Amino acid sequence: MIKVVFFAALREQLNCHELTIVNENLTTVAELKAELASKSEQWQKVFTTGSLLSAVNHNMVDGEQTITSGDEVAFFPPVTGG
Amino acid sequence: MTTENYAPEISIQSVDFNLADEVALLEKDNAIDGAVVTFTGRVRNKNEGKDVTSLTLEHYPGMTEKSLAKIISQAKERWRIGRVKVIHRVGKLAIGEQIVFVGVTSMHRQDAFAANEFIMDYLKVQAPFWKKENTNQGEQWLAAKTSDENKAAKW
Repeated sequence: MIKVVFFAALREQLNCHELTIVNENLTTVAELKAELASKSEQWQKVFTTGSLLSAVNHNMVDGEQTITSGDEVAFFPPVTGG
Repeated sequence: MTTENYAPEISIQSVDFNLADEVALLEKDNAIDGAVVTFTGRVRNKNEGKDVTSLTLEHYPGMTEKSLAKIISQAKERWRIGRVKVIHRVGKLAIGEQIVFVGVTSMHRQDAFAANEFIMDYLKVQAPFWKKENTNQGEQWLAAKTSDENKAAKW
């Protein structure tokens, strides 16, 4: 079971802050992203346009990062604080 | 998620902060450091030609603190600095309100100047905060700037 969270513009475009994915076959962030994109046309659009950053357990990672049950994976737009 | 307590170096808060109070804390019982460098970021009234009415700031609780702690620890490895304080506000902020504070002390000024700018530059591109701009032409999420990426990459 993987907890997935979304922030800022991404959260609004998906109308979703958090969800849980139960799929033992997902082994990387890129695979999880593809799985999420397959949910609907809107999700497909959101996950294939613009640059998205990802984090696993609060550390910034790239798509090759492996994920395991219990991880928290976050997707969000480039940051704009300060 | 861990329950590390990052205080007193990091504070993510909706309430305002007082510059004089923060400086006093950096200086209290700290006779070794002769330099105190502070940076305060505020909400501007204009951005890219539009009249801004307010900003709304969102962050990723947990990751924000972890990310800032890492940036502070990198600064401590690179420069001889004493105390560090980073405050970042979240929620809705009006024009002129304070958004962010970075304070650094060191024995001599060069270290505190450099470390303060380094922390701000890295915060800009690594800490998970997002600004939504509310203007007289509606609201929109700000896009990240390449210039900020370039500035952070120079360190």
